[in-house]
Amino acid sequence: MMQNPAHGAHNAKVMNRFELTKRAVAHLKQEEAVIGGIGNTNFDLWASGQRPQNFYMLGSMGLAIPIALGVAIAQPQRHVVALEGDGSLLMQLGCLATVAMRQPKNLTMVVWDNGMYQITGGQPTASASVVDIVAVARGCGLTKCAWATDEDDFERQFASALKEGGPTLIAARIDDKPGTGTTDRDPVQIRQRFMVGMGVRN
Amino acid sequence: MTDTQKPWHQVVLETLKSNDVRLVPYVPDRVFTPLIKALHADDFFTTFPCTREEEAIGIVTGAWMAGMRAAVLMQTSGFGTIPNAIASLVSPSQIPALIFVSERGTLGEFNLGQALVCRTMRPVLDSLGIETHALTRYDELAFIVDRSIKQAIATQAPVTFIVSPLLTGGKVFAA
Repeated sequence: MMQNPAHGAHNAKVMNRFELTKRAVAHLKQEEAVIGGIGNTNFDLWASGQRPQNFYMLGSMGLAIPIALGVAIAQPQRHVVALEGDGSLLMQLGCLATVAMRQPKNLTMVVWDNGMYQITGGQPTASASVVDIVAVARGCGLTKCAWATDEDDFERQFASALKEGGPTLIAARIDDKPGTGTTDRDPVQIRQRFMVGMGVRN
Repeated sequence: MTDTQKPWHQVVLETLKSNDVRLVPYVPDRVFTPLIKALHADDFFTTFPCTREEEAIGIVTGAWMAGMRAAVLMQTSGFGTIPNAIASLVSPSQIPALIFVSERGTLGEFNLGQALVCRTMRPVLDSLGIETHALTRYDELAFIVDRSIKQAIATQAPVTFIVSPLLTGGKVFAA
């Protein structure tokens, strides 16, 4: 995608998912919910420090943003962050239209774009060559959406999204480094901890 | 159903309400249209269309985990798109998703594709071990829906309601 000067990220820095995940999590001071998409997105969220307000989605590729939307509707006073990969989002692009239609002020979507299905062997995604995720989001009706140009810009955008409200989509070009940790694979435990974190279970 | 009885969709709506099921994302269906209209007209409910049934399943899952009961509406062909979302998210996470499926593909279907996908639905539900009730009779409707919602929540397990043409009249066409 970087050969195309019309692409919104053509001059954005290639960053690292774990580094950006740590920076994002450091801004969470009010028990914000975080829904981590499948695979490396989740692994880096896990490695950034486990919080009871984190939900680690193990299967159902593409559903991180819909799950986050459900949380955002149920708890409008809590900010909700969805972390999703470009391949996962491409599988469920329609969710951006639904989010734009609902306009949840308390939802921030972060898309890690490495242009590949990294965990399955690095096969190219369409965003490696032709798709501009931010342009797609804008076309779906999301007005607050932008590429992060570098780490500081990512942090500034993320902090602003939490403070000002959205819905907001922040896309970041990332490198091909694999995830840092590995989530536990007990869905019931993950769900139960998250419900405690959401204050609906003791 | 006699002329003085409330319509089936009113019974479903009232049963959702009495069980505090407030969120109803859906993918449209002709037979469900009166139910969807009534949900939109009632401020108790948050209801909106989704682009895919999987998406609605994700929304219902998030809502439940954050303390809001939710049901999803779709038709038979839509059910055909969600086995992975059920098998990898709803069932292993123990989410009491309340899944209403408008049954196409049988009792007067005109579209071969609908008839074929309909035949996949019950085997899929059986293989996933999901509590399933076909809603065929008006006199049983409120009881089945009410008790099954309560069971789903108490046992933290999804339930599927197959809403039959025997109850709704289905989608008719001129043969």
